[in-house]
Amino acid sequence: MPHSQFVYVTFIRTTPEKLWAALTEREFTEQYWFGVHQESDWQPGSAWKMIFRDGRVADAGEIVEIDRPRRMVLKWRNEFRPELKAEGYSRCVMELEPMGETVKLTISHSIEKDQSQMIEAVSGGWPRILSNLKSLLETGKVLMTEK
Amino acid sequence: MDDDLVFKALADGSRRLLLDRLHRKNGQTLSDLCQGLEMSRQAVAKHLVLLEEANLVAVQWSGREKLHFINPVPINEIAERWIVKFEQPRLRALSALKGALEKAKPPKN
Repeated sequence: MPHSQFVYVTFIRTTPEKLWAALTEREFTEQYWFGVHQESDWQPGSAWKMIFRDGRVADAGEIVEIDRPRRMVLKWRNEFRPELKAEGYSRCVMELEPMGETVKLTISHSIEKDQSQMIEAVSGGWPRILSNLKSLLETGKVLMTEK
Repeated sequence: MDDDLVFKALADGSRRLLLDRLHRKNGQTLSDLCQGLEMSRQAVAKHLVLLEEANLVAVQWSGREKLHFINPVPINEIAERWIVKFEQPRLRALSALKGALEKAKPPKN
């Protein structure tokens, strides 16, 4: 079956509740996610959007599963690059597991297509976003404010 | 995550080779990774455990298959700690220079 996927894992010294808030609330995401924020009411089946600072829609999709503060599954399509949008919906799974003093955050992003450009594009962005997120939660500061 | 574990895991050519193979094709099983290598299956399995402990490899189950994915997050943290912060003063100097040069430009008529 055609498939492209990446799996990224980071351990953050925080609580699942704080990490969940950082992943979903605008005041946090704008700080570590290079100015983007999300719009959703975070209910199963609800619409989900990621918005650039200038108001353009970056990505959009739907909340497939949500189990605060443990697991979230999103249907995710790029909206601003036509060649990526043409690949259709991908699936992003975020899992939070408490491990001692830390929380293990696993982000898995996949699409049923070989050599997906969409997966390649998002896989390049996540490591910096995750390092920034870790730094924000552990020290109160982000490492970089611009891409 | 313990930086020592990351540097130790990276301080071995066979383990870096396994990471390169996962970078080329992500989500491989142990058997996939053994193909074409002059290492025993046990040796590859041992290297994968060390990579996993250092969080350089993430594992996901797909039915009965254990799939290995390269996890670049610890390497990115090293890059930010040892590279990016040294670039920042230079980037700031460049933007100060740009600002000064643009200010010095004679006004257009």
